Amino acid sequence: MFCFSLPMIKIVGYVFDSQLSYNSTMAQLTYLEAIADALRFEMRRDERVFMMGEDIATYGGAFKLTKNFHEEFGRQRVLDCPISEAAIVGAAIGAALNGMRPVAEMQFMDFVTCGFNQIVNVAGTTAYRWGLGVPMVVRGPSGGGVGANPFHSRNSEAWFAHASGVKVVCPAFPADAKGLMIASIRDNNPVVFYEHKGLYRKIKEEVPEGEYIVPLGKANVIREGKDMSIICYGSAVHFALAAAEELSKEGVSVEVVDIRTLVPFDEETVLASARKTNRVLIAHEASLTAGFGGEIAARIAEKAFEYLDAPILRVAGYDAPTPFAPTLEKAVLPNAEKVLMAARKLMEY
Amino acid sequence: MKLKKSDKIPPIKPSKRLTNDQRISMFRFMLQAREFDLAMQRLNRQGRAFGGVYSQTGNEASSVGSAFALGEKDVLFPMHRNIGGHFVFGQDLNTLMLAFLAREGSLMRGTDGTGHYADVNKRIYGNISHLGAMIPVAAGFVLASKMRGENVVSMTYIGDGGSQTGEFHEGMNFASVQKLPFILIIENNQYAYSSPNSVEFACKHLSDRALGYGCHGETIDGTDVEIVYDACWKAAERARRGEGPSIIETVTMRMRGHAEHDDFSYVPREELEYWQKRDPIDRYQNFLLEKKILTMDDITAMRTTLIEEIRAAIDYAVELPFPPAEEGLKGVFVD
Ligand SMILES: Cc1ncc(C[n+]2csc(CCOP(=O)(O)OP(=O)(O)O)c2C)c(N)n1
Ligand SMILES: [Mg+2]
Repeated sequence: MFCFSLPMIKIVGYVFDSQLSYNSTMAQLTYLEAIADALRFEMRRDERVFMMGEDIATYGGAFKLTKNFHEEFGRQRVLDCPISEAAIVGAAIGAALNGMRPVAEMQFMDFVTCGFNQIVNVAGTTAYRWGLGVPMVVRGPSGGGVGANPFHSRNSEAWFAHASGVKVVCPAFPADAKGLMIASIRDNNPVVFYEHKGLYRKIKEEVPEGEYIVPLGKANVIREGKDMSIICYGSAVHFALAAAEELSKEGVSVEVVDIRTLVPFDEETVLASARKTNRVLIAHEASLTAGFGGEIAARIAEKAFEYLDAPILRVAGYDAPTPFAPTLEKAVLPNAEKVLMAARKLMEY
Repeated sequence: MKLKKSDKIPPIKPSKRLTNDQRISMFRFMLQAREFDLAMQRLNRQGRAFGGVYSQTGNEASSVGSAFALGEKDVLFPMHRNIGGHFVFGQDLNTLMLAFLAREGSLMRGTDGTGHYADVNKRIYGNISHLGAMIPVAAGFVLASKMRGENVVSMTYIGDGGSQTGEFHEGMNFASVQKLPFILIIENNQYAYSSPNSVEFACKHLSDRALGYGCHGETIDGTDVEIVYDACWKAAERARRGEGPSIIETVTMRMRGHAEHDDFSYVPREELEYWQKRDPIDRYQNFLLEKKILTMDDITAMRTTLIEEIRAAIDYAVELPFPPAEEGLKGVFVD
């Protein structure tokens, strides 16, 4: 069993902008705690919501995200399942068709490949073919930078964005993770929810207590700027913010747009930012070729070409599996430094 | 399948649970399935049915007997050779024909065809093409019922080929672990497209796998509708008592090609002749005549009515246009 250890890569420090406005009370939560908070809130509110996954009850999940859940909700609603991703997702679909709102955990998002057929061919076609919703969330830890290996580090979100009929969510912050999780559970369509395991315990922020919804399909301009835009999601948002901080010292004003969800994609906010700053850098941790950044670049090229002062650049993972040794992993994955270098290049154009 | 030397056709083994009215009803559904098949084959030859036309000839007893054993609240996940089950569950011919011919008004708006539709009110959930995929879905459907304390049974089907998929295993194991009220009918019709059983599996009976899952398993004559009914009725009873799922392997023959484009020349003639003598409809008809439950006149009249009804449904559907093109650009998500 792969054990989660503290991230090997140092985070570049940066200050969180207060990105949200709300009135309710706040708690300082990690990204992981915020997701757990969302799940607990929804399970208390709606008895149709239940969880399926491997080692989620007694053990509390490989990352302890569902620790003690079974004590509050019982083992039927926190269902320990055999190592059968296709059965877990398939049964979740069946339950969703029969009035429930299941949340299926992939112990690591890498193993979603074993449930791929169910998500893409069954869940993803049901609305189109039957006009019926499949209110199911498939969630789990994804991403690298934690010294895992090629099979515990994958960023596979683009596969589902390409599938049609599946919503894809990639939060970068605790509050967003909570708000997007609640929105995903309440959505009547299948949602694949990518949690970044490197962020689980690395970041903490004020998270509204109780009901808090971040609608799917709304990008967030985290940091306003006028010289260039960095369009990003997931872990890359943190690289972008760190790079933006550095660039501000060099007199470059960077706008950072966290798209938050790939499907639906908030094209409007992205185009508005491109039209405003005239220079675009796209960053994501997933590998470059056929990554979602290509789609973002194409939309901008099609719809805002005449606003651009420079070619659109992308910073993404190298086209390889995510390697094990820290030196190799660092070479393959993007980081704040790589984003910073690309941003400087973009400004020089 | 090794053919037994004996050419003797065993008589129908009457179920103690069936009334004669139910027998007539089952026979009617079987005939309806056969005639629907013949009509679809004709439409295909005329170039009026597009896509694949998958004959279920030889499968009438398996499909009708199994679905007939379910109760009013139970749900059916039929596969591509289970048109009989759609009829048992009360689907009407016009709805089916619109779906098969992808006409305006089809439950699937033309996004998909054949029996792939879902009709929630009739408790029918069609299949996707990927074999094995519906097994965990049908299991999960009753996981939800069970959580709510409802006593609902779900049933789906798989072939002698589809039983080799990973989702078969994952789904059956999951259903067994959770003791779900779920019935899987393995329709062993000797061929998976062109592949005989010897290409597909090495165990003696596909139902032997039940031992590995810890659920009930049995292999039965899939050309005797009363045997199928009885086995499935008992499986449903076990399911309702909380004893978990059952695998029931119905042994029969696919009497035509995989679909109409396939001339099935790979099937030895003797094998077809062997099974021709065990035609599920002929067998049941002989039984009903012998027991004087129906007369030949009754049967002729029944068949004539069924043919007329099917023709009327075809006439109704073929006159309708295909769905408007914009439908293809709608409904990828629900609200
Ligand atoms: C996973 C998967 N692989 C391949 C196919 C293509 N295919 C459709 S039906 C079929 C043969 C199925 O044989 P069997 O399971 O015995 O069912 P039968 O058609 O004989 O009733 C094949 C190979 C498919 N639908 N799904
Ligand atoms: Mg077969």
